[in-house]
Amino acid sequence: MSVGTLATLAALGAFHGLNPAMGWLFAVARGLQERDRAALLGALPPIAAGHLASVAIVAALVTATRSVTASTALAVVGGVLLVGFGLWRLLSERHFRWAGMRLSSAQLAGWSFLMSSAHGAGLMLLPVLVAEPVSGGHSGHLAAAPVGALTGLAAAGVHTVAMLGTALVVAVLVYQVLGVGVLRRAWFNVDRLWAGVLVAAGLVTLIRA
Amino acid sequence: MTRWTPDPTFYPSPSQAATAPAEKLAYVAAFDRSASRPDAIAVLDTDPDSPDYGRVVGWTDLPHLGDEVHHFGWNACSNALCPTAPHPHVERRYLIVPGLRSSRIHVLDTKPDPRQPQVVKVIGPEELSKRAGYSRPHTVHCGPDGIYLSALGGADGAEGPGGIAILDHTTFDVRGAWEADRGPQFLAYDVWWHLTQDVLVTSEWGTPSMIEDGIIGELLLGRRYGHAIHFWDLARRRHVQRVDLGDQYQMPLELRPAHDPRKSYGFVGVVISVEDLSASVWLWHRDGDAWAVTKVIDIPAEPADPADLPDLLKPFGAVPPLVTDIDLSVDDRFLYVSCWGTGELRQYDVSDPLHPVQTGSVHLGGIVRRTAHPSAPDEALAGGPQMVEVSRDGRRVYVSNSLYGAWDDQFYPDGVGAWLAKLDVDVEAGGLTPDERFFPHGEEFRGRRVHQTRLQGGDASSDSYCFP
Repeated sequence: MSVGTLATLAALGAFHGLNPAMGWLFAVARGLQERDRAALLGALPPIAAGHLASVAIVAALVTATRSVTASTALAVVGGVLLVGFGLWRLLSERHFRWAGMRLSSAQLAGWSFLMSSAHGAGLMLLPVLVAEPVSGGHSGHLAAAPVGALTGLAAAGVHTVAMLGTALVVAVLVYQVLGVGVLRRAWFNVDRLWAGVLVAAGLVTLIRA
Repeated sequence: MTRWTPDPTFYPSPSQAATAPAEKLAYVAAFDRSASRPDAIAVLDTDPDSPDYGRVVGWTDLPHLGDEVHHFGWNACSNALCPTAPHPHVERRYLIVPGLRSSRIHVLDTKPDPRQPQVVKVIGPEELSKRAGYSRPHTVHCGPDGIYLSALGGADGAEGPGGIAILDHTTFDVRGAWEADRGPQFLAYDVWWHLTQDVLVTSEWGTPSMIEDGIIGELLLGRRYGHAIHFWDLARRRHVQRVDLGDQYQMPLELRPAHDPRKSYGFVGVVISVEDLSASVWLWHRDGDAWAVTKVIDIPAEPADPADLPDLLKPFGAVPPLVTDIDLSVDDRFLYVSCWGTGELRQYDVSDPLHPVQTGSVHLGGIVRRTAHPSAPDEALAGGPQMVEVSRDGRRVYVSNSLYGAWDDQFYPDGVGAWLAKLDVDVEAGGLTPDERFFPHGEEFRGRRVHQTRLQGGDASSDSYCFP
């Protein structure tokens, strides 16, 4: 992966990490509820794991498919999918529903997985993955799929490290310094921006295809 | 359409909610006992700098007759900031107003003109019945995954079980019954929760036939009304524990959990003990892995001349206090207790919840006392402080005087009237003083009786919080 690709993956990771709905806020709530910063810190790895799983599935699927077919069809289908999903996120007023707050680490990872998937976190990486040149000279063969998938997994890994780092900084900052009152002022509608980024990512993919 | 920034009436924590600006308007459920005119939502001006302060400045008739509007609530509140399913860019703008008698659910939009809410949706009783299996909708709470609506009765004429229906956050359609496993629960009334602890609590009144034609003496003396509260797993929707107060303690009604999400206790008011007509307030709290209740306030009946009493009470020669509503200030410091029979609102400092200390009292109305309001000293008042609502900053308390149509008629047979009073709170030392400038009553309410009050932007019984 090129430096540009890595930077884009990391930037998207930071964007996801910044979104309160992706988990840092949950970590802060646990820290405050338990009066213990360790509860906050302990919540972040499962949240990151769930996010990683959600993103990795999409990323591995895309890169594996790409290493096999290497056609523009993937970019077109992916781009259309992305634009459609983004528009749906933009226009639909439905929101993620979940009632429970006392979750085990495994449940927390599951929550994060569902949250990330429902928001289309992995899909947002599509333009980056599609733009990445196919590695090796074996493209077009089914045998190339596992190697291709590895590229996707690596991309998801880079993305998630950036996501976790950002979430950690924001969570600790809010817990230690800013207080949750900052939510009232600073929590702009990330969902709408998010949907806009999805649509834009889809369009970029389509234009490049 | 959603907002770019969170609704300014949403607060992450109760301590921040307590800094909220004072409400400018209050919404009041007003119902016509004769069912010959529509029930309404009356709008009161609560801005002391306004020339119309303390007056009815808006009025929205509902489209049908005989609803008996009672309790109601907002479509969204501070728990939209909760981290599991955050959606803080929705607006607190719709009032969900159930008809307790008709089982119709009304949705009123307060945004276009806050003084003239518009009815934008009416959900018929058949939808509540078909989708959720319930009737007689009562308490409304905005929840993290939908709007929770408790209901007293079953569907298609069935007496029960009562339970909770979930309404869609966005469309307000009835999505279904909430309970996955109701255990032994049959009677229903109020519902609230410890949101961050995945605990939901419900209380018990009676089935439709036990209440709709008035309180039934034999059933009361037979200890057949509710006398237990139920604890549920909020996430799994399962019954966890039934805690019986003892069958002499009839009708544990209003549930007021601590607003601080780290606290694991709450208060429930009991209308009457059949042993001595006293009323009581109980604290629920954790006891190891289980829940327990402890009686923390006992209010004795007051002896009275039978000649001054309605038929129902003549044999007893005493006025029961009838604690029919309680409310806990957002900072969890003061508990307000309505004694609808004796005509008194009490204030207790509950900083130590197991040992409340009475810090204030105001008499208004009452079955025997008929205490007048200081702004109209010659007007004997019927009814008593009943529904009590506390502003988010804890400085203002609003009380209205009707309990429930058929029950009003039994305890105040010469007419319960209609009045609403505002009391000012000394938040430092405790204590209550009636505001002489604020006393809408009589014809201001156009012949309707007044029940629950909701304050613009939220109040002490509308919002729950996920952050301490």
